[in-house]
Parts: sequence; structure tokens; C-alpha cells
Amino acid sequence: MKNPTASNMNRRNFIRITGITGAGLVIGLSTKANGDASVENLINASDSYELTPFVQIEKSGRITIFNPRPEIGQGTFQSIPALIAEELEVSLDQVTIQQTGGEKKFGPGQSAGGSASVRTSYMNLRKVGASAREMLISAAAQEWKVPESECYADQAMIYHKPTGKKLGYGELSEAASKIGVPKTPVLKDPKDFKILGKSSPRPDVPLKSTGKALFGIDAKTEGMVYASIERCPVFGGTLVSYDDSAAKKVKGVTAVETCERVFNGHKSTGVAVIAENYWAALQGRKALKVVWDYQGNEKFQLKDYEQSLRDAAKEEGAVAHNQGDFDKAFADAPVKLEAFYETPVVSHSPIEPMNCLASFTEGNKLEIWTSTQVPGSIMNEFSRTYGVPQENLKIHMFFNGGGFGRRLYPDYVHEAVQLSKKIGKPVKSMWTREDDTRMGPFRPMTFSALKAGLSAEGKAIAFQHKVISPTLSDKKDYDKTKADGTMTEGISEQKYEIEHMKNLYVHQYLHIPLAAWRAVTSTTLAFAHESFIDEMAVKAKTDPMAFRLGMLNKPSDTKNLLEKLKEVSQWDKPLPAGWGRGVAQYEFFAGLGGYVIEVSKKGKGIKIEKVFAVIDLGTVVNPNTVEAQVQGAAVMALTAAVKTGIDFKDGKSVQSNYNTNQLIRIHEMPKVEVHILANGGPKIKGVGEPGLPPFAPALCNAIFAATGKRIRKLPFDINNIG
Amino acid sequence: MITLTINNKNYEVDASPDMPLLWVIRDIIGLTGTKFGCGIAQCGACTVHLEGTPIRSCSFPAIAAVGKKITTIEGLSAKAGEAVQKAWIELQVPQCGYCQSGQIMSAAALLTKNPKPTDADIDIAMQGNLCRCGTYQRIRSAIHRAAEMI
Repeated sequence: MKNPTASNMNRRNFIRITGITGAGLVIGLSTKANGDASVENLINASDSYELTPFVQIEKSGRITIFNPRPEIGQGTFQSIPALIAEELEVSLDQVTIQQTGGEKKFGPGQSAGGSASVRTSYMNLRKVGASAREMLISAAAQEWKVPESECYADQAMIYHKPTGKKLGYGELSEAASKIGVPKTPVLKDPKDFKILGKSSPRPDVPLKSTGKALFGIDAKTEGMVYASIERCPVFGGTLVSYDDSAAKKVKGVTAVETCERVFNGHKSTGVAVIAENYWAALQGRKALKVVWDYQGNEKFQLKDYEQSLRDAAKEEGAVAHNQGDFDKAFADAPVKLEAFYETPVVSHSPIEPMNCLASFTEGNKLEIWTSTQVPGSIMNEFSRTYGVPQENLKIHMFFNGGGFGRRLYPDYVHEAVQLSKKIGKPVKSMWTREDDTRMGPFRPMTFSALKAGLSAEGKAIAFQHKVISPTLSDKKDYDKTKADGTMTEGISEQKYEIEHMKNLYVHQYLHIPLAAWRAVTSTTLAFAHESFIDEMAVKAKTDPMAFRLGMLNKPSDTKNLLEKLKEVSQWDKPLPAGWGRGVAQYEFFAGLGGYVIEVSKKGKGIKIEKVFAVIDLGTVVNPNTVEAQVQGAAVMALTAAVKTGIDFKDGKSVQSNYNTNQLIRIHEMPKVEVHILANGGPKIKGVGEPGLPPFAPALCNAIFAATGKRIRKLPFDINNIG
Repeated sequence: MITLTINNKNYEVDASPDMPLLWVIRDIIGLTGTKFGCGIAQCGACTVHLEGTPIRSCSFPAIAAVGKKITTIEGLSAKAGEAVQKAWIELQVPQCGYCQSGQIMSAAALLTKNPKPTDADIDIAMQGNLCRCGTYQRIRSAIHRAAEMI
């Protein structure tokens, strides 16, 4: 079977594949070493749990590559197996790809997040493939009694060059499995790559173009029932009582039970209506009568909290980064400027709502079918929480209908597991879009107070970015003397050479469930940071591109990126009247990206005319996937910049579905031209996230250039910029 | 009991009169290519054809589809539909893929009615289909590509 979906890994299939004993070749990585794992032969090794098998070759010739990185749209279903296939000398249409489900033997790293999949697997998984190739070559050389140097691998066959003799991988697998694993397998010269660095088609695309791809929401099992859960609409409220008599009269409703949603420090009890089909569960839920105690949280207004952030900006804050003497340099600077920036709370809103099918069965066995970014941590956490040994816990993996950080958190999985445990049946719990929009978790806002001092000639000498915000796992007793690393992400890592810099953090508690969102805090901080750099350029009466490059005298990736942006956007070419162009870049943990955006005035609003993106990768695995990721990042960043975001009134989310929490639609998307900087070398950077942070500041800097209007608060109305 | 004709096959289903077509297709008949996204006809993930016209099955009572020809992604076979699917694969449109059944159903309906759509035509026909991954640029290119193939 070629290119099955992740969801083809049903139990029978799984046992068949992993049930191979001494007859096949199984190659894994020792997980003892970080970053430089050694390759080991699992057949010759004991049943050690420290080994992670990724390649299996059966005598029949069937080759299976196990992919530990969940597919959430970012292309790991191709890019990760490609690392192994390249070195193994097989093409991806010759292999079966199986998603791993958190099994211990596959080791850590069974997750998708932080734009980390390719960049952290690149060398290790190539070594896995190269080791297997060398063992197959050794086996063939022994069989033919010829030197290994006369043999080579190609398309799942080993050839003897002088005679043209050949043997398939399947035929060689048993002999190869008895050969010691090479200590230092020789990796291919990148110039010989057939897959890596090329725009190869993704094996999941045909499935996703025909309705055959299976997502967590499509999971089925014998005897399953459906659940829809009513949760307290006010964050921090608790369940007092409920009357389910009307709900139970709805045709198809079979039970009503409570369950807990546990999210970071938040715990709340919900009431689940369980029915023979989902529609009946929804109707039953509408008929529930629930009494909540809001515990005073119904008085919460987001606008009041935002005012508290503005007030807290007056505090000195904890030091996140300090170099030189900012206070003195700023005080002495002949030219000073200050600005305050604000960003909103936004939702993840993947189109596949949260869902999970869970089945607790006799003998303390648990099966989970779900869309998730973190099978590895679900295995550990659920085994611990429910007292189920890991060998009794089976996680069925599917394609994820979007992740964006939301599926890093298994709160929705817990709900289904609890319900299955209570009623003794497989339960498929599904969130409605309203549940998703109202319950979060949400990307928090950050507010930023910025200060800069310039010399009389317009040179930047002092710079300060103070962040005022809640934290992702917020606590009332947060130690205010400490700067939160995530909430100050990237603000001290920009390459601009400014002598005196002091970055600060002020914490302000927020009781709403908050979470990482694609590109995390860089999505809000880059807006403030790179817009303010633009304000400095204006104050210095210098072109914004020249001003940035003027602060980048040492060689750096940032400098290369800006020079590339300058070239591809023809930055110095005059624009038509009424147009403006803006630039921004941002470097953070995931990588480095930048934009030049051109806009024009259109009545009271703005039209985005052109978008040039550059992403710096060092090494690229699939340029076609990278282009798609950056275009998608631009759309997501545009939504966060110009659409409503999430507001809270009387303790509740004001938005509830896509009609009130709008996303960019096809007619609103500008064309995005993507350029990839991939000059080879050892560094390799992330793909999924770096396209987000610099988009909003590049857009707003372009709007300033076109109109003279400086936007310091997101979201803004692009059709009426005032 | 109502009888529905889906992908040229008749199904006798026991559905409550208010049940939207989406849940009949997914939960009762078991065709899962049609997706649930919002439940209020805002995202288009549930798009199917009713007599060739795209409808949002999440907000369309199943009973109103009795006696009419329903086509889901699994049954898409017309010339325009096949061209759309080919173009989708050639231009590598899907990312997460969840919304793509709905996108393809809307695109196929557009091309059946209008074999050479302009960008403005695409804007109107495809506006009802959200894609959180942001594949819009490739969707547009793939519709133009499919138009060339027909």
C-alpha cells in the first residue's frame, strides 16, 4: 500500500508492522544523546526502551518509515520521511509512512511545535537512513563476495557496479540486520540529493484533494456515542447544579454526566450530554438547565484589564536584558522618542473543531483517537493521570485539521477520556465552533512601551522595549522581579547594533486560559518593535531600509535578509503617487523572516498592492512547502492585524463563531511572493512560524509611508484607517 | 424514514426532521469527506452539491434534500470536478487539508457554470469557504489551471 493516511495505522496494521521479529531490518536512534544521537540496530540490541525505530524493511520489500512529527498542515508528512528516504536511496512513493502515536520506543520529540520538526531532525534522521543504506550495501557485498566500494544503492536496490548484479532491500533485510551499525555513517553530499532541497509533491495532497484524508473528527469505533459539553460561559465560574430532565427526553440522548476541563491552572466542571448521534447531543445540550456560580468573574471587562496594562506601564518592571547604560544614554540623547503599542487577544480557530474519541475498556486499557500536536506528551501525561500503563494506552494518529498551537494542549482529550471512563462506552466528544471561540485558550495581548535616544546625526544610541502583559500559564502570585522569557521573546535578540539597551517586563495577571499561538509572542512584540524602529528612522529623517542596514555593520543573517528584501522588492524604485512601502524583519527562536509590503490609498482605506517575503533557512528541505507556509503565515498575520480579535464583556467572550470572529477570506488575500535564503551550511531554521511576526509591522510601516498615519494599536480597520 | 440520493445511490435514513444534511451524511451514512467547521454556514467546510449547486450542508435540513441529487466530495466525477482535483494536486494546494473538500466542491460548481472564471468571479464563488492555513493564493491559481484543463 502506497502512502496511506496517518489514520491507516489501525491496531491490526500496527501489530503487523511492529510484530516483525529477527527477519527484518529495524533501524533506530539512541535517545541518550541530544542532537547527536548514535544509530543503533534494534534487532541486535535488547528490547531497550532507549531506542527509537524509524525504519523497517520487511522481507517482502515493504519499507515503512515512521514519522514522529504530527502533520498539521506544515508538511511533515513529506519533509520528515524525506530525510530518511534521501539517505536510504528510496523515493517516497516506495515507502509506507506511519505516524507514531507516542510509543516510548520512538523516544522524545513526538510533537509538532516551535517550527522545530525539520530543523531538529535534519542530521539525526539522515543518519538513520544512511546507516540502513550502509548495512544493506555490506550485506550485498558479503553475498556477492565483492568489496563494498564496488556496490551502490539506488531506488531500493543494491547494485554491483562491475557486473550489474542487483538485490532488492527486502531480499537483503535479514542479512543486513545481522551487521553491526556503522558508528559514523557517511552522509550524502548535498549536491547528490534527489529529494531534499527539491520541490517534491506531498504524499498527503492527493488524499486531501479527494476527501479520503482522515482527521480526528472522522474517527469511529464500534459502539461509540457522541458528547457535547456545556461549560461555564464565565471564566472562573463553578457548577452549582443542573436539571437534565428535558435533555434526557430528547430523542437519542442516552446520558448526562459531568466532566472536568483542565487547562494549565484552570479547572472547570462541565455538563456533557451523551447521545446516539451528535445532532441529538446538541439538541439535548440546548435543553439542559444549568446553574453556575460566576464567583464575581461576571464583572470582568477586557477594557478595564487593558486600562490596567496601560497603568502598569508606569512600573519600572523586571530587567529582561541590559547592556551599556540605557538610563544615562537616553537622558543625555539630543533626540528622544517614545511610543506605546497595543495588540489584541486572538483565537486559534483551526477549522477542525477540537474533538476526541476515547475508549476505556476492561483490563485498564485506554484507546484515544484524536487530532493532536503532542502524542508524546499525551502518552506520558494520560498514563500518569489515569493510572494506565503505557503499553495499555494506544493513541491513534490522524491528520490535524489545523494546529497553530491549539492542539499542543490536550484539555479536550481529557474530557472524552473522563466521559468514557464514567459511562463505560467509547465516547466521541466534539466541540462546537462556539465552544472553540468562547472557551479558548487564547493568544494573549502584549502592550509595549518603547523609548529611543538618537544622536544629533540620527544614530540610534539608546533603546528600550518594555512589555506589559499576562503570561501563558498565568499565576496570581507571579514573581514580579522576574522577566518572563516567552513574553519578551525576541526583543533582545534583534541584530541591530545599539550601544545602550534595557528591555523590561511588567506582569499583570489575567484569569482567562491563555496559550501559545503560531509564532507565540513574537506575533505581537514584532509589531511594536519593528514599527518603533520605523518611527526612529522617521525621526532620524532616514529611509527605513537604510536606517536598519545602518545599524547592521557586522555580518549577520538579518543583514543578508534585509539586503535580499531590498533587492527583490526593488526598494529604491519610485512608487506611484498615493503608494507607500514598508519593511520589517524579526528574529526569534523559530527562525528569521521579513517583508516588504506596498500599499495604496483606496478611499478611506488601504489596498495591499504587493507583498514580498524573505525567509532565511540556511538549508531548505522542500521549497514548495516553504512557499506555502509563508503565504499562509501572511494570511494568518493579516487576520490578526485587521480582524476583530476576541473581546470579553461581563466575564464572557463576545465573539462566538466565524460571523463575529472573522478570518481573512480569499478576496482579501494579497498575492505573496516568497523568496528563500538557503545558502547551505550547517545552520537550519524553522519554516512554519517566521512568516508571521514581521507582517503586521511591514504593513503598518507601509501605511505610514502612504498616508502619514502611524498605527500603534491592533486590530485596525483596513477599510477606514481614519 | 426519508430517502436521500447521494452520489447516485439511494439511502433510507432515520433522521429527525430538523437534522441538517451534514450530520446525516457524516454520522448516519458515514461519508466523512464532508467536514463540520462552524454549523452556521460561515466556513464552507461542509459544502456539497444539491442538483449541482453548492450548499452548506450544516445548515440545510436533510428533509429538504429529499428527491434531489446530492453530490459529496466522494462522488465528484464531472469533468470540472476532476479538473479541479487534478489542478489541486498539481499545484499542491492543501496544507492541513480540512477545508479542502468544501473548497473543491465550490470550485467545481463554479467551473461547471463558468468554465473561464476571472479573478473577480473566483472572489465571489469562493468567498464562503474559509481556509485558516491561508491556501487562497494557490486555490486561485488552481482554479485558473483547472479552467485550462477543461
